[in-house]
This record gives sequence, C-alpha cells and structure tokens, in this order.
Amino acid sequence: MTEFPRDAILVVVETRASGELEKAAAGLFGAAAAVGTPIALVLASPGAGSAAAAEAAVLGAARVLVAETPDPSALGVSGVDALVAAVELTQPDAILISHSLNGRDLAGRYAARQRAAISVDAVGVSRDDEGVVAHHSVYGGAYNVTSTSTFGAPVITVRQGSIEARATAQPPASETLDVTGSGKPAARIDAFEEAVAATSRPELRGAAKVVAGGRGLGSEEQFALVGQLADTLGAAVGASRAAVDAGYIPASQQVGQTGVSVSSQLYIALGISGAIQHRAGMQTAKTIVAINKDSDAPIFEIADFGVVGDLFKVVPQLISALEARKK
Amino acid sequence: MKIIVLVKEVPDTYGDRKLNLETGLADRAASEAVIDEIGERALELALTYADANQGTEVAVLTLAPEGATATIRKGLAMGAGSATHICDEALRGADLGLTAETLAAAIRRMGFDLVITGNVSTDGSGGMIPAMLAELLDVPHATGLSSVEISDGAVSGSRPIESGVQKVSAGLPAVISITEALPGARFPNFKGIMAAKKKPLETLTLADLGLTADDPDAARSIMLTIAEKPPRAAGIKIIDEGDAGEKLADFLIENRLA
Repeated sequence: MTEFPRDAILVVVETRASGELEKAAAGLFGAAAAVGTPIALVLASPGAGSAAAAEAAVLGAARVLVAETPDPSALGVSGVDALVAAVELTQPDAILISHSLNGRDLAGRYAARQRAAISVDAVGVSRDDEGVVAHHSVYGGAYNVTSTSTFGAPVITVRQGSIEARATAQPPASETLDVTGSGKPAARIDAFEEAVAATSRPELRGAAKVVAGGRGLGSEEQFALVGQLADTLGAAVGASRAAVDAGYIPASQQVGQTGVSVSSQLYIALGISGAIQHRAGMQTAKTIVAINKDSDAPIFEIADFGVVGDLFKVVPQLISALEARKK
Repeated sequence: MKIIVLVKEVPDTYGDRKLNLETGLADRAASEAVIDEIGERALELALTYADANQGTEVAVLTLAPEGATATIRKGLAMGAGSATHICDEALRGADLGLTAETLAAAIRRMGFDLVITGNVSTDGSGGMIPAMLAELLDVPHATGLSSVEISDGAVSGSRPIESGVQKVSAGLPAVISITEALPGARFPNFKGIMAAKKKPLETLTLADLGLTADDPDAARSIMLTIAEKPPRAAGIKIIDEGDAGEKLADFLIENRLA
C-alpha cells in the first residue's frame, strides 16, 4: 500500500444503526479538507464497512480505513483499539472526532491511553506554522479561544453542526485496517431502541432556524404554538430550561448552557425571559427575535427584533401573515 | 460497596462568567462558585443507593484550588461519608490529560467499586473525564446515562445517543456518567450540616499521588489565544399595537429568514 500523505488529517466516523455514517461526518471532512488531506477511519458495525467507506469517499475522504467492530455489543473499547492502529499507520497531523457522546468517549479513552492532547468542542480548525489549531467558542460564545497540542497530533472533538464547509468528493479508495484488540473491559449494550422520527421537523442541533418557547407558553397544550410557528418557518423546536422543568417539552429540546447550544441563522424566543443560562446556548445565533410581554426581559438586550406583547396574539398573526405571503 | 462521586466547583451559570484575558484561566472572583449541579445529581444517585443499602460508603472527590472547601463541605452535608480534595498550585490550568491522570491516581488510592460523575461540566463542557478515567483505571465506562440501576456487582441504565437509546450494563468496578434526566439533589438539613463538620476531609497534593505536573512524556493541550467577543447589541424593539405579527413577518421576509 502506498504511503499516506504527509498532511493527513484522520477523521473518525462511526456508522449508525441504519448503516449510514453519523450525521456529523460531512462537517468533519469539510473541516479536515481545509487543513490537510482527509483520511477516514470508519468504525462500522459488522457488514456495514464497504457501504460506509463509499459514503466517506463521497464526503471527501482521500483514503478510507475500515474497521468493523469485532463485538458490536461491547461499548466503545474496540473503536479506541482501531484508532490506535490507524494513527500508527497514517501518522496524521490531527485527529478529528465528533463531539457526540460516543465521540467524546472515544477521544477521551484514546488520549488517556496514548497520553495525547485533546482540544474539546471545537467550532473550527486551522493550520499555522507549527500544526493544526482548534478554535473554540467558550462560556456560551462569550470568548473565542484557540488551542493545540504541546507535541504530537492533537485529538480534536468538533461540535456537531458547527462546520458549514464541505469537502469535494473523492474516488473511493478503501482498505481494511488491521486492529489488535486491547482486551480492555467494556460495558455491554444489551438492547437498542432506534428513535422513531415522530416529526418531520429539523433536528435542533445544527438547525438553520430555531423557534424556542419558555415558561410564557403557560402549559403543554399551549406550547403547541411553538411547533406551529416552527412548521411555518421550517424550523426546529427548542425550549428554555424553565419550559422543560415545567414539563411542556422533553429535555432533549432544551437550549442553554445545560442542553443544546445552537448557532442558527434565525432564533425566535417566545415567552423566554433570557436568563444567562439560556443565552449561553443561543447568543451566537445570527438573528435573534424575541416576543415577551415583559419589556424588561433580558432577552431584549440581545434581540435584533424584539416585540413587547402577548405572544398568543402576536404569533398567530405572524403565522397567518407568513402563510399569506407564501401564496 | 464504595462509591466515589466526582464533584466540580464551577462559576454559577446564572451569573456572568469571565475568563482572564492575560492567563486564559477562569476568573474565579468574577462570579459565584457553586458545585456543578450535575455533580450534585451524581451525588444524589449515590446517596439514594446508600440510603437503601446498608454498608455503602459514599466519598466525594474534587480537584480544585484551595478556596473550594465550602463546596466540598456541601457534599458532606448532603450525606457523603468522606471527602478528598486534590489541591496543588501546579494543577492551575491543568488540561484534561493531567486532570484525568491526577483524578485516576486519587481514585486508585481511595479504592472504589463505582465512580459516578456528571456527563459534562457547565464550564469546560468537555465531557471527556469519565471515559478517560475508565481507560486509566482499566474498567468499563457507561456514559451519559439517563436512568441508572445499581446492584451488588453491576450497574445498568439507559444511554441516549443520537439515533436512539441503548440499554447498557457493566460489571463493577466501573465508571458511569449521568445526565440531567436524573433526580435533582436533596437539600442539606441542619443535622447534615453539623455532621459534615466532623466528617473526614482529606487534602492531597500531586506529590502525595506520586505525580508531577510537567511529565515530558505526555502531550498536553495548550491555549494559544483568547479574545472576548463584543457583547451583542440590542436591535429594534417594538410594543405590540395590534400589528406586531405583521411587522415581524415583514422583518423576516426582508432579511430572507422566512
């Protein structure tokens, strides 16, 4: 096999239950292509390797290393073993992994095992004279920070939905990676229940538009208004922690410091006062709209367009105005 | 059964949080320091198990500067039996690798059947420490659990990932991390607060753990630059006079957002 490029960026992606690559894959290859030659390590469930390798090439991987997990019910460890082998083989300048739960576990275990440096929750990568640098947006977007490794390839986990760049498709070139199992103990995955897409709405994480509701919605039934506006705009639905705590909507939709961070093109906050906790998860949105009956609500301090008024009057009027102009 | 719960002192997310632009470190004086709420939930899980199972030992462990004693005492007041505070000037600005190696050394020294942590802190939001500890301690990890059952020799729970929910289990010893879906923490009562004063609180340095902060064999993560983003300015604010919905629709369409 030919040598790997000197500016290799190892992109680690895993397959989902459906066999397709994880959603964050396109952004990871996009980020990698801007700083070097993307080489994929595909962690696939048994039998899913070749299709996933082809998908990785389409997303921009110049070469693909495939590691089908020897034991799909073992949580995490075999991916670390594969990553050790892939780094040994490719000698990359950086390793990019999604900042998902599985991605974080993989990056953490790998870095601990190899004593490599980790840069977490990056929103971008660049290259300087010394190597690859990770860019972070910390404390809810209040600070921009860059980081790298003292030596060796940094392990960088990339925030999901944060990279807009996409890499050019490459001709497929894949090979099976030889992996030596570490035999480290792993938790067992006893069962898996695939999430049924109950809604055609976009996912909150990485959504271009978000309509979020707070305690001002008043009840679970009335929270449906948030969904109606979201559907009119083709937006995802989010919520403040207060709305989640009140039981209007599941915790998976919570936007804020504890919850999902969004950097959408449009963020509409309905009946959300704008506690710092919430703002930390949305203040990097490009355009912020707020509707609240309290004119002193802190959300207005960061809103590009604020409406002081009753959301139960303003939102239905907004929906019908938008519907009317669509025709 | 010995359960170690990791707690972390963080700046309160309900106030403004600052980084020092010279050092890149958290400006601890700028905001109120609290136990990260997710760590309190982790402790609640351990205490609930201990309440129902006699002979369970719950210890809290933290790595923090000297001033963090008050937050550790809160863990003892809630009901933990003992506390360990790793405190060393050389750990100021420690990256994840050094933090994990230090915590793992302390956990090994304390002895454990189960380590419980929050899934992700509100300040660093790395979410790496649980898996790093599992690797260093050579035990299984079960991270991001939204429900947990602890039994004599095993732990199990639900682990939501992007595409669905896994049911996972691991034999002990193990490291688990939990999400906000777990119950919130109990309030320390007066009796607990008084009792906390008599409970053992051990302070450890890197030397006690046989470690140094500047091991040349380990790559460390370093901050290169830091900049504060200018605060967002407020834009237009209108008071609804019966046509705010129409005006907002105009705004969205003009800005190609509808």
